[in-house]
Amino acid sequence: MALSLSWERAEPKFTMTPAIELIGIDKRFGAVHANKDVSMTIAQGSIHGIIGENGAGKSTLMSILFGFYAADKGEIKVKGQPAKIKSSFDAINLGIGMVHQHFMLVDPFTVLENVVLGAEGGRLIGPALAKARAELTRLARDYELDVDPDAIVGELPVGLQQRVEILKALFKGAETLILDEPTGVLTPDEADHLFRILGQLRDQGKTVILITHKLREIMAITDHVSVMRRGELVATKQTSQTSVEELAELMVGRRVLLRVEKGKAKPGAVVLEVKNLTWRDSKGTARVDNVSFTVRAGEIVGIAGVSGNGQSELLELISGISKPTSGQIIFEGKDIGILGDPRHVRQEGLAHVPEDRQHRGLISSFDASESGILGWHYDESLGHGFRLDREAVVNRCQSEMREFDVRPGDPLLKSAKFSGGNQQKIILARELKRNPDLLIVGQPTRGVDIGAIEFIHKRLIELRDQGKAVLLVSVELDEIRSLSDRILVMFAGRIMGERDASSDEREIGLLMAGVSKDAA
Amino acid sequence: MANARGELPTWVDIGLIPLLNLFIALLVAGLVVLIIGENPLEAMWIMLKGAVGSIKGWGYVLYYATNFIFTGLAVSVAFHAGLFNIGGEGQAYFAGLGAAIVGLSLEFLPWPIVIPLAILASILFGAFWAWIPGYLQAKRGSHIVITTIMFNFIGASLMVYLINNWFRPVGKMAVESREITGAYILSFREIGLQFFGVRLPSTPLNLTVFLAVIAVVFVWYLLWRTKLGYEIRAVGANPEAAIYAGIKPDRIIIIAMAISGGLAGLMAVNEVLGVQHRLLLEFAGGAGFVGIAVALMGRSHPVGIVFAAMLFGLLYQGGAELSFAKPLISRDMIVVIQGLVILFMGALEYAFRPTLAAIFANVED
Amino acid sequence: MIKKLLATAALTAIMAVSAFAADDKPAIVFDIGGKFDKSFNESMFNGSEKFKAESGVAYGEFEIANEAQREQAIRNFADQGYSPIIAAGFAQAAAVEKVAKEYPDLKFAIVDMVVDLPNVQSIVFKEQEGSYLVGMLAGMASKSGTVGFVGGMDIPLIRRFGCGYAQGVKAVKADAKVIQNMTGDTGAAWNDPVKGGEITKGQMSQGADVVFAAAGGTGLGVLQAAADGGALSIGVDANQNHLHPGKVLTSMLKRVDVAVYNVMKSGKDGAFKPGIQALGLAEDGVGYAVDDNNKALITAEMAAAAEKAKTDIISGAIKVHDYMEDNKCPVE
Repeated sequence: MALSLSWERAEPKFTMTPAIELIGIDKRFGAVHANKDVSMTIAQGSIHGIIGENGAGKSTLMSILFGFYAADKGEIKVKGQPAKIKSSFDAINLGIGMVHQHFMLVDPFTVLENVVLGAEGGRLIGPALAKARAELTRLARDYELDVDPDAIVGELPVGLQQRVEILKALFKGAETLILDEPTGVLTPDEADHLFRILGQLRDQGKTVILITHKLREIMAITDHVSVMRRGELVATKQTSQTSVEELAELMVGRRVLLRVEKGKAKPGAVVLEVKNLTWRDSKGTARVDNVSFTVRAGEIVGIAGVSGNGQSELLELISGISKPTSGQIIFEGKDIGILGDPRHVRQEGLAHVPEDRQHRGLISSFDASESGILGWHYDESLGHGFRLDREAVVNRCQSEMREFDVRPGDPLLKSAKFSGGNQQKIILARELKRNPDLLIVGQPTRGVDIGAIEFIHKRLIELRDQGKAVLLVSVELDEIRSLSDRILVMFAGRIMGERDASSDEREIGLLMAGVSKDAA
Repeated sequence: MANARGELPTWVDIGLIPLLNLFIALLVAGLVVLIIGENPLEAMWIMLKGAVGSIKGWGYVLYYATNFIFTGLAVSVAFHAGLFNIGGEGQAYFAGLGAAIVGLSLEFLPWPIVIPLAILASILFGAFWAWIPGYLQAKRGSHIVITTIMFNFIGASLMVYLINNWFRPVGKMAVESREITGAYILSFREIGLQFFGVRLPSTPLNLTVFLAVIAVVFVWYLLWRTKLGYEIRAVGANPEAAIYAGIKPDRIIIIAMAISGGLAGLMAVNEVLGVQHRLLLEFAGGAGFVGIAVALMGRSHPVGIVFAAMLFGLLYQGGAELSFAKPLISRDMIVVIQGLVILFMGALEYAFRPTLAAIFANVED
Repeated sequence: MIKKLLATAALTAIMAVSAFAADDKPAIVFDIGGKFDKSFNESMFNGSEKFKAESGVAYGEFEIANEAQREQAIRNFADQGYSPIIAAGFAQAAAVEKVAKEYPDLKFAIVDMVVDLPNVQSIVFKEQEGSYLVGMLAGMASKSGTVGFVGGMDIPLIRRFGCGYAQGVKAVKADAKVIQNMTGDTGAAWNDPVKGGEITKGQMSQGADVVFAAAGGTGLGVLQAAADGGALSIGVDANQNHLHPGKVLTSMLKRVDVAVYNVMKSGKDGAFKPGIQALGLAEDGVGYAVDDNNKALITAEMAAAAEKAKTDIISGAIKVHDYMEDNKCPVE
C-alpha cells in the first residue's frame, strides 16, 4: 500500500490528473447485466455528458460512483487516488456531489436547513446555520445561484429547488458534481440558467457529469460525451467533433428517424369541445383557468407547457378523474364533465394514456395481463357478471403483446419488471384496442427508450389517420412539434396561445414561459 | 435496471425463507427453554407429539386452525385493499351475538333452517362491526387502525353488558348465555359415534372446519377470479391507478372491510355453535390478533394462511401439552415461544433475505 | 387413514403409560387469571401448596390460556387418573360437567359454582354474608357517612359482594351513601391497580372515607390510594390488613385456600363428599379479619355489633339478600 502511494506521488505534475477514473466497472442485478466492464475517464474542470437510452446503465454507473451500489468488479480513482466508495458518505468526503432526478429535499425545511442537512457539525444547529448562511451568500455570488436562504423549500418552484440541491452539494465541498436528468422539470429559460451555472462551475475548476437523454443539451454545453448502450460504454467523444446524428446512432445502434413521417391531417367533425373549463384546488387556486379548445376527428392537438402548468389537471378533468368547478367538456355532443367518473367517460368512447405510468397507468405489483385490463376490467368480454375470466384476460394480453411487440411477451410477468417502453406499450395497447374515438395521452414517451418512442409515435399517427381524435400532452417540445397538427401552449392554468406545427420553436418556448405576444 | 435488487427464486421466497425463519425462532425459543432448566429437544418433542402425535392432538390443532383461518382470511382481505384491520377480535366477538340470537331464539325450528341462518347472522354481525370503521375510513378519513382497535374495546364492553344483562340466566354465576339446546354444529366426536360407531377422542373439532375450507376457496376466488376482487386488489396496490380505472376506493374500502368482518365473524360460528353451544365472555380469546400474524406469515394468500393457521394451531396445542408435561414451562413461556415465532416470521421476515439473495446471486454466476 | 391408525396406536401407548402415573393424586386447573394473581387463584395455589407441604403428595396443575383449554385440561388430568380434580372458578362449570359425566369414577370439585353430579363437590361461598359484616364495620367507621365499593370486572359475583356490603352499611347507618364502581368489563379489570387507585381517588373526592375493594389485583391500587389519601380501605379474599398497617380497616375473608386444602385432604383420606358446600359465616368460609394491624381501628363497640350480626345471620335472624337470586339489590 505504502509502495503504491509513493508511486502515485511520483507521477509528473504537469499532466493534469483526471477528476474521476472508472476502471472496468461491472455490475449485475440478478439476470440483468447493468454495467459491462465500463471504463471512463473524466477530466478535471470539464463538463462530461453521459448519454444513453433508458436502461443503458448510466444511472447505475453514477450510483456506483456515488456509493449507492457496490460494483461487482472494477476500480474507482478520484484525482488519481484509488478510492473505496461504500456509501454516499464516502463519496461526499471525496468531493463528489450528486443532484438526483427526484430531489432529496425536506419540503417543510428552509433552504438553509436543507443545505446543512447531513453537515450539521455538532449538537447545536445555531453555529452551523450561521456558517452556512455566510457560505451560501458566497456561493450564490460566485455561481449565480441566488436563493432566499429562509424560503421554505416546499414552496419554491422546481427550478429553485434544483438550485438548492446544487448548493447542498457545493456546501459539502463537492469538486465533482453529478446531475441526473436535470432539465426534465425545467422551463427552457430555467434550463438555460442551469447551463450558465454549470458553465461557471466548470470555469472555476469544478467537474460536472451530466446524465441526460436530450441530445441537444449534450451538444450545447458538454466538452466530452460518453455514450452507453445496454450496459456497455460504446464511445467517448469530444463534443465538438461529433454530431446529433452520430450520437443518436451510437445510442440505439442504428439510424433512427428523429422526425416523424406523417402526411397532412384531414380534420373532420369536432369530437371534443372544452368550454370555459375551470378547476380550483382545495385552496381555491384555479389550476385550470377558463380553458376552451376543440379537437377534431383526424387530428392531433398537442398541449405544450412546462410541467405543473395545469396540463395534468386538464387530463384528469377530461378523463373524468376529477370534476370541473365550472365549464363544460363536450364529447360527441354530450357533456361528460358532469359525470366525473372515469368509467362512464370510458364507456362513451374515450381512452386515456395517463401521464404517470407507474402510479396511474398500471399497477406494478400486478402481472402484465392484469395491468392490461385496468379500467376495462368490468367489460363483459372478460367474464360475465361478477366473474373475471382469467383465461380471457391472459389471452387478450398475449395478443396485445404480440401486436405491440412487448418484450418479454409474458402476460404473467409482473408489470414492474418491464422496461419503461414496454410498460408504455402495454398501456397503449390496452387503450387503443378498444377503438376509442378520442385518445387523450399524457407524456407518451417519458422515460421510454428511442426504439419505443418511434413505435409509439407511429401508432399515434396511425390512429389520427384512421380518423380518430388525439389530444397529446407532453413536456417534450420536440415531441409536441413533431406529432401535433395544432399546438396549444399552457401556462399557469391558461391557454397562452395556439400555433401550428411549423411555427418557430423559440416562439412556443416564450409562450411556455408565460410571455405572450397575443396577450400584449 | 428493470430488475430489482435481490431477486430470489420463488421456491426460496415462499418455501426456504419461512422455514429458515421458523427454524431460527425455534432455536431462540430453545435457548429460552434451556435457560429455565429444561431440555429444549425434549420440550420440542413434547410439543410436536402433543400436537400431531395423536388424533386428539390433531383435533385440537385443526380446531385452533379453524379459528385462525377465519381471522387470518379476514385480515388478508382487508390487507389486499390496503387496510390493516386489527379489529378481527372485536368483529368475531360481536358476531357471536348474531349466532347466539339466532341459535337461542329459533330453537323450535329444525337445524337445516337454524344453522344457515345462524351462520348468516354471524357473518352479518361481524360485517357490520367492520363496516362502521370502513365507513369512517372511507368517508371521514378516520384511520382504520385506530377505529378498529377502538371497536375491539367498544365490542368488549357492549358484549359484557349484553351477556350480563340480557343473556345470563338469573342466578347463574358464569357470565354466559344459557345453552343452545336446539340446533348446533356437530363435533367430529358426535359424528363418529352417531354415524360410524367410532369412538373418537373428545376434541372441540367440529364441522365448522369445512366452513373454513369453503372460506379459503371463497377468498381465493373472490380476490383472483372476480371483478370485485380485482378492484379490491387494485385499490390496495395502487389507489391512484384504481381511481384512473374508474374504481371508487371509498366504496371498495367499505365493501372490503365488510367482507373482512364477515370472515372474522365466522369464527363465532366455530366457537358459539360448534364448541361452546353458548355465548360466553371473551370467547374470541385473542384469535383475532393471532389472525394478523397468520395473515402476515401466510403472505395474505389463502393457501399460505391455511399453513400458517395450522402452524399456530400446532403451537397452541403443542404448547398446552408442553405445560401439562413440564410445569416449569408455564403458559407464559408458551406465549414467549409463540411470540418468537411471530417475531421471526412476521416482523423479521426479510432479515435473512439479503444474505440469501447474495448467496443465490453467487450461485447463479 | 393409516396415519390416523398410527396416531391412535401412539395415543393408546401414551395413555397406557400415563394411566398409572397418577393414582389418586389431586390436580387443580387455574383459570385465566393465572395462579399468581395475588387474589383468588393465588389463594387456591397457596392452599394446594399447603397440602403438598403437609402430605408430601405432589399435585398436578395447569393454567389455562384460552376457553378451549378448560375442558382440555380437566380431561387431560382425568385421562391420567388424577383425583380429585379441582376446577378453580365458575367459568369452568360447563367443562367440569362434561368431563365429570365421562369419568364417573373420578372425583371433581369446582369453586364458586354448582355442578350437580354425583361425583362433583361444588364449593360456593356466601360472599354477601361476609360483605355484610365488613359493610357494617365500614358504616360505623365512616365519619362522612359516605363509603365506597370498587369491584373488579362487572359480573354478578362481584355485584353480590357489593350488594351485601351495601346492606351492611345501611343496617348501621340508614342514610349512608354507598358509591359503587366497577373497574371494567373485561378480564383486565382484575389486574389494573392504577385504575383501581383512580377510582378510589374519585370516590374519596365525593366524600368516601372507607373503600371496599373486591377486585383481585386491582384492589392493591385501591388500598394504596386509600392509604395515601387518608381514608380507610377493606381488603378481600385473603387477609390484606398487613399491606398498610393501621390503614386497612379489615379484610373480607373468603377462604378458598382452606376449601382447596380440604378437598385435596379429603381425597387423600378417602373422605371426599360430593354435593354442594355452601360456605358462609357458619362454616367459617367467609368472615372478616382482625389482627394486630387493625386492632386499633375496630372499637369494642364495632366488634360487638359485628359479632352480634354474625350470630344473627347464622341463626337466620338477619337475612342478607343474595344479589344472584334475582339479579337485584334491595338497597343502592
